[in-house]
Amino acid sequence: MAIHEPERIWWNPLSKDERVWVGVALIWMLVSFIFMPIYHLVGSQNPPSTTYSVKADDFDKLVEGMVSKYKVGEENGFPVVHPDPSEPVFIRASMWQWYPILELEKGKTYKVHLSSIDIQHGFSLQPINMNLMALPGYDYVIKLTPTSAGEFHIVCNEYCGVGHHTMVGKMYVK
Amino acid sequence: MANTDFRICSLSGLKISRSSELLIRWNLIAAFATLAVGGLMGLLVLLTRWPSVHLLPVEHYYRFLTAHGLDALLAWIIFFEIALVHFTSAVLLGTRSYVTWLGWVAFALMLIGGALINTIVVLGRADVMFTSYVPLKADPLYYLGVILFAVGALIGFIHFFINIVLSKRDGGFKRSLPLGSFGLAAASIIGILTLAHGAAIFLPTLLWSMDVIPTIDPSAYRLVFWGLGHSSQQINVCAMVAVWYMTSAFVVGGKPVNEKLSRTAFVLYILFINLASEHHLLVDPVLSSWHKVVNTSYMMHLAVLASMIHAFAIPASMEVALRKQGYTRGLFEWLKKAPWGNPAFSGVIISIVLFGFLGGITGVIFGTEQFAIIRHNTFAITGHFHGTVVAGTTIAFMAFTYLLIPFIFKRELIWKGFAAIQPWLYGAGVATLSIGMMSAGSFGVPRRHYDITFSGAPFSFTFDPAIDMFMSMMGVGGVLAAAGGLLFILIAFGSIIFGKKLEQQ
Ligand code: HEM
Ligand SMILES: [Cu+2]
Ligand SMILES: [Cu+2]
Repeated sequence: MAIHEPERIWWNPLSKDERVWVGVALIWMLVSFIFMPIYHLVGSQNPPSTTYSVKADDFDKLVEGMVSKYKVGEENGFPVVHPDPSEPVFIRASMWQWYPILELEKGKTYKVHLSSIDIQHGFSLQPINMNLMALPGYDYVIKLTPTSAGEFHIVCNEYCGVGHHTMVGKMYVK
Repeated sequence: MANTDFRICSLSGLKISRSSELLIRWNLIAAFATLAVGGLMGLLVLLTRWPSVHLLPVEHYYRFLTAHGLDALLAWIIFFEIALVHFTSAVLLGTRSYVTWLGWVAFALMLIGGALINTIVVLGRADVMFTSYVPLKADPLYYLGVILFAVGALIGFIHFFINIVLSKRDGGFKRSLPLGSFGLAAASIIGILTLAHGAAIFLPTLLWSMDVIPTIDPSAYRLVFWGLGHSSQQINVCAMVAVWYMTSAFVVGGKPVNEKLSRTAFVLYILFINLASEHHLLVDPVLSSWHKVVNTSYMMHLAVLASMIHAFAIPASMEVALRKQGYTRGLFEWLKKAPWGNPAFSGVIISIVLFGFLGGITGVIFGTEQFAIIRHNTFAITGHFHGTVVAGTTIAFMAFTYLLIPFIFKRELIWKGFAAIQPWLYGAGVATLSIGMMSAGSFGVPRRHYDITFSGAPFSFTFDPAIDMFMSMMGVGGVLAAAGGLLFILIAFGSIIFGKKLEQQ
């Protein structure tokens, strides 16, 4: 019993049911295991991994550079930016804003650089529900090709202080 | 040691020493108390997340959420596990707890650490969630509290090995530990490894909060923190599985059908689970994709294999035992005639089923790259771990409490009728809560979020209206779970204080 010392020899062979069960479970696990790398190679929903380290000030300059070059409007005090797909695009997280509002073109591929200039934030693009971490000191590069036009929102889903629930940003795809 | 130090429990036949009895009792009392606090916090947080109630003001919500995570996940579970350490390394072996003072040092450190953490959090000096991701900063005393608690727990797990070594010398066992003790040995090994990660991350963070170290890299913090935070969940899994086996033995006389198989499965947990920690970082910058894929897929599935083995072996042990008692008609007479009215038995069955189907399966799914990106930090994650650590571990520990109260406190349970329904009520509540959270999360509803209508935000966004139903489901389930939790606390403390004394030699 589980509460008594087992008999002298407990290294006994498995019975048939046990062998079948363990065999089926093992095969199932091996299949799941093999499919993780396979999905990574053939799938199209992989989290990106290109990262640079970046200082908050430098990142800020890059963001402001893009804004002054490509600003096309303003909404609630946030600049709306329509960047050129051939150039890097930036999204800056800070307590408690996503800055600026990007206007992207459907079908074009962008390199979106995501970083935070203060603490950790969670980039959660809704309603498609795509979630990535924005860490201070790191520039996370996302290759993004919008496939549907419309209005999207960026919700913060990593706790970042009392204003966390007001940290909502916007993105357009035209 | 004089023989008068021991008594024989007439219900279980266990030979129990006074030294172990006191250590187990006080660790259990601390566990129940922290569960009561943690559960109350859980209810308040729940009533805030439920949009039609939205109870607390914003600061209190985050404060109580921090406390809920710490009291429920850290304190309740680890206090209970240290009680299990002494139960399996002394009581099951019929020997005493050695170096008793060390056990009390561990207990005192955990108690002081826990009290310090709670005080600082309630004072509003550590609104950082239990993860305390840098550079979000708490009062240095908060990190000190975590360190004190962790050092206490570390000593507690080390005590397991001191006890079994000396027990073997005194003839407590000859060659092999009983399976229940073996499970706790696995838990203690993982515990010691895990808490080393805890030291590696909380010591520098403490120094940083005192301005001794200028910065802590947020990405490195996350990596080492989850070496603690995720691996420690395997302490819980091992302890929970050990409780499943032991309950099967105590209640129906179940015998592991093949010791080799069950023990090998515990060894798989020790060897392979650490690697799975990296699934917390699947959508983080810095680590390369292949690093993540290898670490999350490769060996993790061998740990899942271990769970599959236990999921077979434990019901099998029950079936064999019940059939031996004469319930042999048809395929399922044994199942019908099983002691469903005994909350220790029903609790363990509920724990096995919910852990597997709610917690385990969702864990394996969300741990893949492609799912992590559509579930990370959403409410689905909270739903997942209320399936593992609440529906699985907490219910198993509650079930075992119904055995420990007569065995260790020498008291009969009060309110036997209520006790018989408690696991069902709590289990139904947690399952509903968890499914509600997971469904809402699949629409993108974030976890740790004060207001999903985003009042005060520069832009407004409305989730799919379907989430209203799922958030209400979470609310109703959570209230049921809170009722079941309250019932448990009342029965546990009520029995300890007012239960009929059981006379024993
Ligand atoms: C009465 C039963 C319980 C209820 C109603 C409940 C409810 C909740 C709710 C509503 C959240 C909030 C999630 C959020 O806003 O992000 C939460 C978080 C959490 N709960 Fe529970 N819970 C209960 C029991 C437990 C138990 C027993 C444990 C541990 C064993 C636990 C561990 C946690 C953890 C670790 C978190 C995450 C905290 C964080 O995100 O920092 N809960 N719970
Ligand atoms: Cu944020
Ligand atoms: Cu946030």
